[in-house]
Amino acid sequence: MDLFEYQARDLLASHGVPVLPGGVAVTPEQAEAIAREIAAPVVVKAQVKVGGRGKAGGVKLADSPEEAKARAQDILGLDIKGHVTHKVMVAQASDIAAEYYFSYLLDRSNRTFLAMASVEGGMEIEEIAVTKPEALARIPIDATTGVDEAKATEIVDAANFPADVRDQVIAIAVQLWEVFAQEDATLVEINPLAKAPDGTVLALDAKVTLDENAGFRHPEHAALEDAASADPLEARAKEKNLNYVKLEGEVGIIGNGAGLVMSTLDVVAYAGEEFGGVKPANFLDIGGGASAEVMANGLEIILSDPAVKSVFVNVFGGITACDAVANGIVSALGILGDEATKPLVVRLDGNNVDEGHRILAEANHPLVTVVDTMDGAARRAAELAA
Amino acid sequence: MSIFLNENSKVIVQGMTGSEGSKHTQRMLASGTAIVGGVNPRKAGTTVDFDGASVPVFGGVAEAMKETGADVSVIFVPPPFAKAAVIEAVDAGIGLAVVITEGIPVHDSTYFWAHAQGSSTRIIGPNCPGLISPGRSNAGIIPANITQEGRIGLVSKSGTLTYQMMYELRDIGFSTAIGIGGDPVIGTTHIDALQAFQEDPETEAIVMIGEIGGDAEERAADYIKANVTKPVVGYVAGFTAPEGKTMGHAGAIVSGSAGTAQAKKEALEAAGVRVGKTPSETARLMREIVGG
Repeated sequence: MDLFEYQARDLLASHGVPVLPGGVAVTPEQAEAIAREIAAPVVVKAQVKVGGRGKAGGVKLADSPEEAKARAQDILGLDIKGHVTHKVMVAQASDIAAEYYFSYLLDRSNRTFLAMASVEGGMEIEEIAVTKPEALARIPIDATTGVDEAKATEIVDAANFPADVRDQVIAIAVQLWEVFAQEDATLVEINPLAKAPDGTVLALDAKVTLDENAGFRHPEHAALEDAASADPLEARAKEKNLNYVKLEGEVGIIGNGAGLVMSTLDVVAYAGEEFGGVKPANFLDIGGGASAEVMANGLEIILSDPAVKSVFVNVFGGITACDAVANGIVSALGILGDEATKPLVVRLDGNNVDEGHRILAEANHPLVTVVDTMDGAARRAAELAA
Repeated sequence: MSIFLNENSKVIVQGMTGSEGSKHTQRMLASGTAIVGGVNPRKAGTTVDFDGASVPVFGGVAEAMKETGADVSVIFVPPPFAKAAVIEAVDAGIGLAVVITEGIPVHDSTYFWAHAQGSSTRIIGPNCPGLISPGRSNAGIIPANITQEGRIGLVSKSGTLTYQMMYELRDIGFSTAIGIGGDPVIGTTHIDALQAFQEDPETEAIVMIGEIGGDAEERAADYIKANVTKPVVGYVAGFTAPEGKTMGHAGAIVSGSAGTAQAKKEALEAAGVRVGKTPSETARLMREIVGG
């Protein structure tokens, strides 16, 4: 889960990382009130989970509370690369003497954690990596020992932080590791990490990604979810514990197992090329045990998507054999009754496939077509959606 | 022969008395796996009956190994306790730890992987279906009756695509099929399996199934080019996955331009791997190589 800047800032601050005073506002009046409290020039920043907001007009300076209100008025509602701005952060403006970069992240390739630090801050890290690779220190971190003061010193010295900020950055490096490890983050990034004219080092902007698998030990993280921007179908699916992702196409997809469902999307998209570019409408993995109830919940979500014109149910009967899956489909259609209005193409393979086919044939539901192969079924589903 | 698991493997189950653990212990026993014990400190000294097979429960992995000679542990322990379970297995010196559990925090899996470095333990998973050497042993949740013993080696990030491929090529059969899991950090990689299949005299050809996220497939492609002389057929899932969305598996995510299916396919093809457009086409490519 990616956090908004203001959430990341609060999380960093709660672990002692120095940040500037500020707050989050959903109305221009709130922005004005925050600016009045800060009693200094402020910067009003769109809270969107996408880069390049400055260029898009989502970051503005304001010298007075009235001006902060006006700038918030401009920015709230702004569409930045498809992300609508619902909130702004109002933070004290700071003069900057120098900009640095510091992050910890999960390094998948090397199955470890990585610290990245540079005294060339203020631009995107990808840009630093390309334009000044020698200025970017990359220090692997042993997951069993983490970052203590000695390790933080190693990182800070490898990045050649100047002597006047070295001790402050070492302290921040230790605090930031605390955020990374204790909050179960997969990314914590401060960019820029700025030196103010008085020499103080502060986090001016931050990105944090939290591991949703660790939610069981961080019940407080649930409140950080961005319910307002969630797709309504995705939100409903989540309530029913379904693994669903909304996509842009017309063929609803239900399958078992993440890999098989991803593969099903691809096969439908290939088949759709023949039928005017028909595409999959969603990802939905109902898991290994495809019970009637889960099948009904999944079908209900997919059939309520107005973009869906046909549905492809693609199940490999492994742990749950095909006869159980077929029974699940038949009872799901029974549960849905008149709500089931779109054609279903069903492909079953694997254990007890003949019995599964027999059950579907016997039910003889008018909406259901059984096709033997995955490629053939994808083609039929695409044709029905064209 | 087979890789990592054979007819001599003695298997214990950590979390055997839980609902998933007991269901799959029953299935593993039914497919002929030598299950020699379970581990649960609160039920140590008891036995569990599986259709007439009486399996003893031990208080810890070390004790279970000492009493039974076990060399494989299949782990079904729930996410909050999985890290401790894997560490216990590693510290006891088990040869193979198969971590089935889905939903383990990545800080925990990164920790136990680092902890296992330099130890004698191979970790498979987490968030994986395990592995099967058909006709010999089955450690995990892969349905045993899909296929039979044969000449193909299979390594895959995905469970159901593993089953699909085993089913498509069931008449030819498999030496070992191994699901390495869909998490961002996993123990055994495509490369580890490719190396073992290359060295296994009974494996004639290899199917490698990948999916979006990370760069494991690209690394495997480099490895194949330099080290694998047996024919390899590949499949990659997730061409239509949008950027920034997790597709079921915690590790299946395209981040910016990194981890795309297209890049993986191109890397594999550049290494001489024939990559199928669909699972069925992939199976056909394998058929052309091994006959049958």
